[in-house]
Amino acid sequence: MTTARIDARFAALKAEGRAAFVAYVMAGDPSRDEALEILRGLPAAGADIIELGFPFSDPMAEGPPIQKAALRGLRAGLTLKGTLDLARAFRNGDADTPLILMGYLNPIETHGYEAFAHDAADAGVDGLIVVDCPPEEAGPLSDALDAHQVSLIRLATPTSDDARLKVIAEGTSGFVYYVSVAGVTGAKEAVAGDVAPAVERVRAAFGLPVAVGFGIKTPERAAEIARVADAVVAGSVLVDEVAAALAANEPAAPRVLAKVRALSDAVKGARPLKSV
Amino acid sequence: MTTLPNDYAWPDAEGRFGPYGGRFVAETLMPLIHELDAAYEAAKADPSFQAELDGFLTDYVGRPSPMYLAERLSEHHGGADIWFKRDELNHTGAHKVNNCMGQILLAMRMGKTRIIAETGAGQHGVATATVCARFGLPCVVYMGATDVERQQPNVFRMKLLGAEVIPVTSGRATLKDAMNEAMRDWVSNVADTYYLIGTAAGPHPYPAMVRDFQAVIGREVRASMLARREKLPDACVAAIGGGSNAIGLFHPFIADAGVRLIGVEAAGKGLDGPDHAASLQGGRPGVLHGNRTYLLQDDDGQILEGHSISAGLDYPGIGPEHAWLKDIGRAEYRAATDAEALEQFQLCARLEGIIPALEPSHALARVGEIAREVGKGGDVVLNMCGRGDKDIFAVAKHLGVEL
Repeated sequence: MTTARIDARFAALKAEGRAAFVAYVMAGDPSRDEALEILRGLPAAGADIIELGFPFSDPMAEGPPIQKAALRGLRAGLTLKGTLDLARAFRNGDADTPLILMGYLNPIETHGYEAFAHDAADAGVDGLIVVDCPPEEAGPLSDALDAHQVSLIRLATPTSDDARLKVIAEGTSGFVYYVSVAGVTGAKEAVAGDVAPAVERVRAAFGLPVAVGFGIKTPERAAEIARVADAVVAGSVLVDEVAAALAANEPAAPRVLAKVRALSDAVKGARPLKSV
Repeated sequence: MTTLPNDYAWPDAEGRFGPYGGRFVAETLMPLIHELDAAYEAAKADPSFQAELDGFLTDYVGRPSPMYLAERLSEHHGGADIWFKRDELNHTGAHKVNNCMGQILLAMRMGKTRIIAETGAGQHGVATATVCARFGLPCVVYMGATDVERQQPNVFRMKLLGAEVIPVTSGRATLKDAMNEAMRDWVSNVADTYYLIGTAAGPHPYPAMVRDFQAVIGREVRASMLARREKLPDACVAAIGGGSNAIGLFHPFIADAGVRLIGVEAAGKGLDGPDHAASLQGGRPGVLHGNRTYLLQDDDGQILEGHSISAGLDYPGIGPEHAWLKDIGRAEYRAATDAEALEQFQLCARLEGIIPALEPSHALARVGEIAREVGKGGDVVLNMCGRGDKDIFAVAKHLGVEL
């Protein structure tokens, strides 16, 4: 499979000697149009890779910020089809930024694996993260995505021992997402000293760039992670900006993009200790 | 696709019942799921585990529960003899404790020191809080804020038993949201916490394990019928929410093709509208809460809220084994509305002196026609899976009586 945009982006950043900043936002949050405005603004604000969440009614691994964002997306009427349309609209104006969809399996089951893989590739989507689809259950979805050259991004966690990492790493491409805490999104922070050795272990098992997420809320923390990982993911802190904008009756895009800039600047300013 | 009942040996090694079941959880939980699977297999093969469980089922739960021939109800319906399997006489008043006792012994065997559970009507929460009190383990029960409001007596019981009850306000604040929140707790406390799921659903091994612990119901029914009628029952009937009491009754009879197995889903205000909880008859297959099964969902795959007068049936999914039994045609599934359940609740109280919970009241609503289908001289067993004390406030309200 080709993971052209993802591979090209990590290669370019490696040449620059820095980690990637990955911004997670929710489709349709707070509305379809504002979500598109946010998406279009992300690359200029410093997002090297975009994760676009598609809403699900029962997001079991999310903390309150992303749960609420999903509810806002659903209230705005964003279906998986709507998310794919949003992805396409973004891709029409940006040929280079890797775009990863992230969410739960049931909407994809409903859409049909083959139809989804086709439609995602057609919309310019590069990868997919499915929170509730571990390797044991991923075979048919993985085959459909492979056929359309969309990468199924795998998750490694603090509970993954070396034997488990081997299972997860089988047949992966693009990058691997290291969930740095056993917990839900946007809650606790990883113990600082635990992340670097874990990233080393995951990198060795996968031979792919390692993106680290969960609990990264401040520029300081983002910089700390950027020194040891190949990419830094922030999500809850960004969707919280949407919530704050709604509460203050302000447009969402400027607030979200300002937060992206602050986090991205911190990542760019951090010197990595090692990379792939 | 289909397997003959006498070859029935589901689930397979991957935890699947045909296309249903499986292990659809976050990667953080996968090592725990595998650990649980191995621990349960080891316990199942260990005679000392079964002996310990049997001891507690006898002395603490009060098993075996009686098999009672409901003569006046049988006469009222004018068909086969109707028997009640009296699981409402268990300690805590429902079948839920059978499973809780098995799982807490397993949790202790695994060295877990903290128990979490979800509950809808509160019966599973009460049963979990009960066994936690008995064994001195801290217990946290997640319960939708809406359910906390409408099930105050059970909330108080859980607190008396020393459990911490956490009202869940996320989503729509009912059972499925409580289950989401319990999963979030588990993923955040992986080292010491055991998630004690209350129904035969969730990621493998839960559907098989909960079934095995509830199958004591069906094994006792089998022994009673053979002892008293020297034959097997002609039909077994049970209410279905997640499906644990029904699968517990059905499972020991799956290989007996002559025994009809009939589950009764909650039709709420009617299957033709959106206000019901009949996943098998009004839903389609999808993935939620760790398993693939029939779900109430919209065209986009978003999960819909179930509705039933019975908070214990008010769940948009169903255990994966029922999904499979439906597809292979081994079990039949029917439905009963809120109004029918209310009527049967009162009828059973007056005819038999037994106030049933609203859950088995759904099974009671179909047992008459089933008894007539089977005919005079036949035997139909209904699982009286819970007693109605918890429901008297809700029923009074529906009947316009102020308590």
